Amino acid sequence: MHRIGVFVCWCGSNIAATVDVKRVAEAVKSEPGVVFSTDYQYMCSENGQATIRNAIKEYKLDGIVVCSCSPRMHEATFRKTALTAGLNPYMVEIANIREQCSWIHKDMPEGTEKAIILARAAIAKVQRNAPLVAGSSPVTKRALVIGGGIAGIQTALDVAEAGYEVDIVEKSPTIGGRMAQLDKTFPTLDCAACILTPKMVDASQNEKINLITYAELESVSGFVGNFTAKIRKKARYVDEDKCTGCGVCTEKCPSRKGLNEFNMGLNTRGAVYIPFAQAIPNVAVIDKNQCLHFRTGKCGLCEKNCSAGAIKFDQTEEILERQYGAIIVATGFKPIDASAFDEYAYCQSKDVVTSLEFERLMNAAGPSKGTLVCPSDGRHPKEIVFVQCVGSRCSSDASKGKEYCSKICCMYTAKHAMLVREKYPDVKVHVFYIDVRTPGKNFDEFYRRAVEQYDVDYIKGQVGKVSVENGRLHVQGSNLIDNEQVHIDCDMVVLATAIEPDPTARSIGTMLTASMDTNDFFTEAHPKLRPVESPTAGVFLSGVCQGPKDIPETVAQASAAAAKVIGLLSKDSLTCNPCVAHSDPLLCNGCSQCENVCPYGAISYEDREVRGPEFRGVKRVAVVNEAVCQGCGACTVTCPSTAMDLKGFSNEQIMSEVDAICR
Amino acid sequence: MPVKNENWTPTIVAFCCNWCSYAGADLAGSSRLSYPANVKIIRIPCSCRLNPLFVLRAFQRGADGVILCGCHPGDCHYTTGNYYARRRMTLLFSMLDYLGIDRRRTRVEWVSAAEGAKFSATMNDFAKTITELGENKKLGDLRCKE
Repeated sequence: MHRIGVFVCWCGSNIAATVDVKRVAEAVKSEPGVVFSTDYQYMCSENGQATIRNAIKEYKLDGIVVCSCSPRMHEATFRKTALTAGLNPYMVEIANIREQCSWIHKDMPEGTEKAIILARAAIAKVQRNAPLVAGSSPVTKRALVIGGGIAGIQTALDVAEAGYEVDIVEKSPTIGGRMAQLDKTFPTLDCAACILTPKMVDASQNEKINLITYAELESVSGFVGNFTAKIRKKARYVDEDKCTGCGVCTEKCPSRKGLNEFNMGLNTRGAVYIPFAQAIPNVAVIDKNQCLHFRTGKCGLCEKNCSAGAIKFDQTEEILERQYGAIIVATGFKPIDASAFDEYAYCQSKDVVTSLEFERLMNAAGPSKGTLVCPSDGRHPKEIVFVQCVGSRCSSDASKGKEYCSKICCMYTAKHAMLVREKYPDVKVHVFYIDVRTPGKNFDEFYRRAVEQYDVDYIKGQVGKVSVENGRLHVQGSNLIDNEQVHIDCDMVVLATAIEPDPTARSIGTMLTASMDTNDFFTEAHPKLRPVESPTAGVFLSGVCQGPKDIPETVAQASAAAAKVIGLLSKDSLTCNPCVAHSDPLLCNGCSQCENVCPYGAISYEDREVRGPEFRGVKRVAVVNEAVCQGCGACTVTCPSTAMDLKGFSNEQIMSEVDAICR
Repeated sequence: MPVKNENWTPTIVAFCCNWCSYAGADLAGSSRLSYPANVKIIRIPCSCRLNPLFVLRAFQRGADGVILCGCHPGDCHYTTGNYYARRRMTLLFSMLDYLGIDRRRTRVEWVSAAEGAKFSATMNDFAKTITELGENKKLGDLRCKE
């Protein structure tokens, strides 16, 4: 029988308001093994921890239960406290009487009773705890960044700066991501390419950074410090080492039907192409579906004209297998498909464009060389209507759109409006908005400049319908301030479409076993205190993959993620989770069932000498590799002879919790 | 058959996996989304850690309902654990049904770490169902009562 101490936390009034903490401390005194119990305002405070330490020494406690907030919050804190008092940290159990009791139950007697039962369950469990010693595993000092946008580039640069190797895997032929497609950036209006491309060059020239472009993550195995990733490098049909990026092939290519992805499909490109002038690596790529050589077996003009001999029609995709200590997800976003919003006539008229398309139309390297023209007939627009919140802030029961605010649309719409007025003072600009949200440094000033200085007509209200009339667009909306219907005839409508996680994010999340929310954004280990880490150890989050963000926030988060990665990679070894499976050789019958269900291949079989009351001799038994086992417990349930058990969550421990609750 | 006992409240055991559902329960708590106090949560590392014996033990000791919550299919922290759990519980529940424990007293739900509202709604609904079903008499072995 252990000597157990119980410490009941008030958490200020968080627990004490609905749980009679004194009664809880009193009630558990009669539990078997409990030799000490007390309550304190803040157990996690220095004084609270000192109370625990002193009690451990004074009462010679060899097991403690802290009735407090969720173990996800302070289990680590109290384990450390125990350790400093000379108690094995795994002799600590937490009864979650805040998140799972006081915060959800309003009634004091009811809450108190539940808290007592939860405390009893924890006491019953700790009674069966055994001291555990954590092993250690080595750390591979290399990081993998998934996604080569500004988030991925920034994280990679920061990690490389600290002296660690970084691989960036990018699915498209060049790094740069969405930011490369932007024309100007708010609120400073500096040119996106001018500030991004030097970073792209830095990344490509950094000897610690290895760019793996036109490649996708195939699979990931392993765990923090020891991941193994398989990366599928798609065939470019161009030798990356030989190609000089001269662009002759792209000019000679007779097939011109491929939609230019970089320009959001507003114009076409050749079957062999370089995504944009500053692409990195500056290497051509062949679109197999467009290429006449692949479709008809003829042509080959690019091959004939390439003086470097870089065209390789027989190139095949390859699988790279690399080891990593940490993985950073920087998969970014895409604008939602505007065609679902029929009311805005996106599919009916070419002059209804999304903001990212508008960005390309305004860009000097865009399809119209930076001259603002209507995509339908190339005329100069006289009047433009911007519609905000297209697909953002939709009600949860709406069949389309997102519930969340995409955060960046108010600002980029103000930017677009301002840029149009700056470049073409003759163009009238209207903006329909629900709310204008500008919480950021210099953001509101920027928006006010659009209204006051550039005379942009902001209309509070939503657009009901856009229709095509006589080659122009008719916008029908409401003005909530004047409480009237508004009718505007214009030449262009720009939709501020919501942003959503990149479609590849979901499969990457599954590969990494990193949790995601219902919108496919990655969830953080803690929404406030650990915003750049995934709950899955060794996986970090950078940029919009975690939630909508503008560029400064993305860069800040990217650097924060890098700091966490550097912290991890600077360690030579990591302490393993000691809550792992172990097999009792006396009970094991060597059936291999556990080996079959183990997702990590942590179980193997060995012939071992076994000495027991009923059996003596050599037999085939299961052996768990503790460094590889992650402690899921699949094997413990599948074992027909109950030889397999899980430390920290043993059959006995869970059974005793059940008993305590159902008593 | 519902028992006409004024003081009776159901005992409900909820097994929650550490990574998704336990976090979902925490989120329900921090969002102050209430559910009945007779739902008591036991934390397990993964839904696949739930030994059918734990469920039997709970009913034997007087539980009126047992619910298992895990990560959504495909989202298991350990890749495949919830698939094992799903298969095991399907078999177990059909056996329990055969033994006379109403199908409605056992449940498996997938609750992610972001679904505090779902956790609370699930527990409210489950507790309501169990309250309507009344006290569970089956499997309660009197010899086990202390």
